[in-house]
Amino acid sequence: MLVGEEPYAPYQRPPLSKDCLLGKLEPDRLLIRDPQWYAEQGVTTRFSTRIREIRTSRRQVISDQGDILEYSKLVLCTGAGARTLPERMGGDLDGVFTLRTIADMQRLRPVLQPGRRLLILGGGYIGLEVAAVARQLGLEVTLLEMADRILQRVADRETSGFFRDLHREHGVVLRESTRVARLAGVDGRVRAAELESGERIDADLVLVGIGSQPNTALAESAGLECDNGIAVTETGRTSDPDIYAAGDCTSFVRNGVRVRLESVQNAADQGDLVARVLGGEETAYTAVPWFWSEQYDCRLQIVGLNHGHTHTVLRRSGKDRSQSVWYYADDRLLAIDAMNDTRSFALGRRIIEMGKHPSPEQVADPEVDLKALVRPPKR
Amino acid sequence: MTRITWKIEGDRDISGEVEDGLNLMEAAIAHDVPYIYGECGGCLSCATCHVFVEPEWLEMTGPVDDVEDAMLEMTDVERRKTSRLSCQVEVSPELDGLVLHVPIPE
Repeated sequence: MLVGEEPYAPYQRPPLSKDCLLGKLEPDRLLIRDPQWYAEQGVTTRFSTRIREIRTSRRQVISDQGDILEYSKLVLCTGAGARTLPERMGGDLDGVFTLRTIADMQRLRPVLQPGRRLLILGGGYIGLEVAAVARQLGLEVTLLEMADRILQRVADRETSGFFRDLHREHGVVLRESTRVARLAGVDGRVRAAELESGERIDADLVLVGIGSQPNTALAESAGLECDNGIAVTETGRTSDPDIYAAGDCTSFVRNGVRVRLESVQNAADQGDLVARVLGGEETAYTAVPWFWSEQYDCRLQIVGLNHGHTHTVLRRSGKDRSQSVWYYADDRLLAIDAMNDTRSFALGRRIIEMGKHPSPEQVADPEVDLKALVRPPKR
Repeated sequence: MTRITWKIEGDRDISGEVEDGLNLMEAAIAHDVPYIYGECGGCLSCATCHVFVEPEWLEMTGPVDDVEDAMLEMTDVERRKTSRLSCQVEVSPELDGLVLHVPIPE
């Protein structure tokens, strides 16, 4: 049985901040499977159903309506939710949005009208992707980042700089090291942001893109171990032997460091892992993480995790606005950010999956064909 | 509706009518074709919808652009001249009868 809080069958979230918001893709195209497919597979579905409690000792979950559902194995795929601004900072004013679900997108899309002033809080993927969409729709866009550079949590200076330039060229007013004290409204509707410096920035709409938090409340109240996510083993198991978890809601140890990944790759691969484990297969999570973003006509593709890198190497593809940043910990390749450079992403992903470590000199030299590392020339 | 056939290497054939305007990855998912995952939703980031086009149909599926060409470098089963990423081919009446071969990853 598959139980979900949202009224829809499982769907692809990434386009919500890209083609869907632009109006190029309708939400019905996002469904991962047709709703009737689940029944054909013998899966009972219950959507618009929120689970409020897990009774681990009885192996039962209780829905908001009070229904009791029994399980022999339970898998938590509760995802993550958008972080919001607290009420005391004006987070509850009308005209303040977050973007995580189809419903969020359907609220935001109709108000993105040409000429309106959109203020975006947060220079992460959601903030930057919405900035790109809003500029393409003809809004005036200001984006504020409190850290000293956008994408600070996920990328090196080189990559941050690439996207800073891209957005400024497209007319976004992008300000880093800028902290908001509160949002100010009139009659319950947002009108401006007041900065810690005392400056005031007028706005008709505010998008809050300040990260996400794992939906762990249900797991925590059931006594499952949580640590920036529901803690799972390399087989996807939680601290209860009959409960597994997969996707954005989990955290797990990778290369000695506990990580939580918010990505389609991790959701799909951990889901696949848990299904195999429950089917009796002996396997463990080894997938290499990858991510992507689209802003204007620029495609960012990332493979690996750059935590703990000591330096980066820039590889230029020879084409305009096309480059990749390779992250090293000493001589070990950890991760790659590829901007409009799918060739480096594709080769790099195979290089990382194969556990190879091309030297920084090889990578920096655009004349060196990295393909030979991956697929030796045929005889 | 357009008729598409997927030949699973060393296994069965799956044939089905597909709504025009979808891409071949969406069509494969709708027909439960194994080994076609389309993890990235068709944005050219995962290469999990790799197929070999029956040679006589190759030209009809249109040209391979630079991004698809690059992504074909990371397919699980090594690319051939007839390789395509299903998400990059839109289903249209001209493709009625199209035959695709689905490689099985190791």
